[in-house]
Amino acid sequence: MTMDTPATGNTRVSKASQGNLIASAGRPDDFELTEEERFEIEHEMGHYENPRAASIGALKTVQKRRGWVSDGAIIAISDVLGIPSSDVEGVATFYSLIFRQPVGRHVILICDSSSCFLTGYDELRDALSDELGIGLGQTTGDDRFTLLPVCCLGACDRAPALMINEDLHGPLEPGEVSALLERYT
Amino acid sequence: MTSHLFSTSTNGETHPLTYRLREDRGYVGLEEFQQKDGYEALRNTLRDLSPDDLIENMKTANLRGRGGGGFSAGTKWSLTARGDEHPRGYIVCNADEMEPGTFKDRMLMQEIPHLLIEGMILAGYANNARMGYIFLRGEYVLAAERIEQALAEAREAGILGPKVCGSDFDFDIFLHTGAGRYICGEETALINSLEGRRANPRSKPPFPGQSGAWGKPTVVNNVETLCNVPAIALRGGEWYQGLSGGRSEDGGTKLFGVSGRVKRPGLVEQPMGITGAELLEMAGGMRDGLELKTWLPGGGSTGFLLPEHLEVPLEFDAIGKAGSRLGTGLMTVVAHNQSVVSLTRNLEEFFARESCGWCTPCRDGLPWSVKILRAIERGEGEEGDIDMLVALANDIGPGKTFCAHAPGAAMPLETAIKHFRQEFEAGIRHQKREAHAEPIPVGSV
Repeated sequence: MTMDTPATGNTRVSKASQGNLIASAGRPDDFELTEEERFEIEHEMGHYENPRAASIGALKTVQKRRGWVSDGAIIAISDVLGIPSSDVEGVATFYSLIFRQPVGRHVILICDSSSCFLTGYDELRDALSDELGIGLGQTTGDDRFTLLPVCCLGACDRAPALMINEDLHGPLEPGEVSALLERYT
Repeated sequence: MTSHLFSTSTNGETHPLTYRLREDRGYVGLEEFQQKDGYEALRNTLRDLSPDDLIENMKTANLRGRGGGGFSAGTKWSLTARGDEHPRGYIVCNADEMEPGTFKDRMLMQEIPHLLIEGMILAGYANNARMGYIFLRGEYVLAAERIEQALAEAREAGILGPKVCGSDFDFDIFLHTGAGRYICGEETALINSLEGRRANPRSKPPFPGQSGAWGKPTVVNNVETLCNVPAIALRGGEWYQGLSGGRSEDGGTKLFGVSGRVKRPGLVEQPMGITGAELLEMAGGMRDGLELKTWLPGGGSTGFLLPEHLEVPLEFDAIGKAGSRLGTGLMTVVAHNQSVVSLTRNLEEFFARESCGWCTPCRDGLPWSVKILRAIERGEGEEGDIDMLVALANDIGPGKTFCAHAPGAAMPLETAIKHFRQEFEAGIRHQKREAHAEPIPVGSV
């Protein structure tokens, strides 16, 4: 996964935007969709009666390559879909798997629903927190891991379970956490 | 990475959902699927049956919605606007499996997505739909890969697209993957999400069958529900209804399952009306040293049942009469050493977090219940807290909000208090009333 330098409008004013303030007006960062991203979004739009339906897919397209969705990406997506950026922002902030701030290189989704709760979720979460030095919703200082809770992963027969990026793991003992994390550098 | 099955069968007459699964539990591709009668129901139906015939078959089958709602699929289809005066609409497969304790649709989509595709095309034919969408939760990565593979195979073979299997019927299916949020499984919220909006539910009526996705007639069915359609089309509604022979009025078989504190969690296809006791035995019973305290019959939004309810047939009406809901039919097993207050707190935290915020009783009531439950869990509950929880459960119950999210949250809460009130009372800090009558010194607060 490639990562942008964590960027917000206030902290990262690039030389380009200092040189051309008018062009960057309304764009909190110098965000441009790549050709590939634009193609993927436009292709997705063709699957629905209305381009708006591609908004979640467009956010996922951007996030897949950049790790998260910046303010500039929201505006760029709204331009392609032809809908207000406030609508795209409304969608982006509603869905839990769209990240509106930078996350670590690896995102851990730990299932906290009932079957995992009954079989050791608390102990597993504590082991992760101890190992990483962060709590739920936080990212490690080296930007390696972000730890997030997630709805029932549908892996109750392998509880307690979690996902790291696209990999499902379970059942897990707290003692296995350290070795598991080693696999994600 | 596949789910354990308690037992398997290669007999399509008795196990219509699972008889085609491979021994190695890998992907059943198009060729293998067709060798095992796959798409035969579709070809026969397009050749011999009218949409009305198929709907009649579905009604006779008495297939009740497998996503947890339990509404007759045939009745739902018969209410869809589908005459020439209506625009052609959509079949939407609800593959947003997130009900706590539920892991059945994952298995079907990972191993035999062609069965779902065949069911969706048949649903499209019956309901005069122009297109289908599979709304799949984003975390089901392997299921997404397998569905895309199956869709490509079906298109290549002329089973999807213009002139399905050489008939006059055109139908295609797209995979739409989500980005989280349990509420997307609510059928009208799902339609909003499909349209690229926040997943708030819509007011009903109009029902999706009249006005759903983009205002067109839309049928939303669960994965497992749709996977039952090919066998009903092939072997008839009476055969399907008879599968549960004598045990239940609800037709057919179902994927049941067990998770929680049992020896061997897993899934099994069994007739409607099997009992919790039978399932628990298939799962190897409780883990060593543990005894059964309580169980949820079909997910986090179903009510707690007791060991004495293990003999109740797992079917919609009987479980309803026992004070719960069949829900998804996958039981969550709780051991004697588990605090029910803590488990209820965990469930209500889930529902509070997953509330979309559209309706005030749900948005404000659920976090309030969590706050009280946390206090009781710490032994810091106050007098009146249990009554307040009961009142809250009532105030978020059916009819108070647009969708079933809050009523679903109320069910474990009120049944936990009903069956285990003494555990809640143990968390109340009993203060003497007169203590409050003491004058409070000025400036102390």
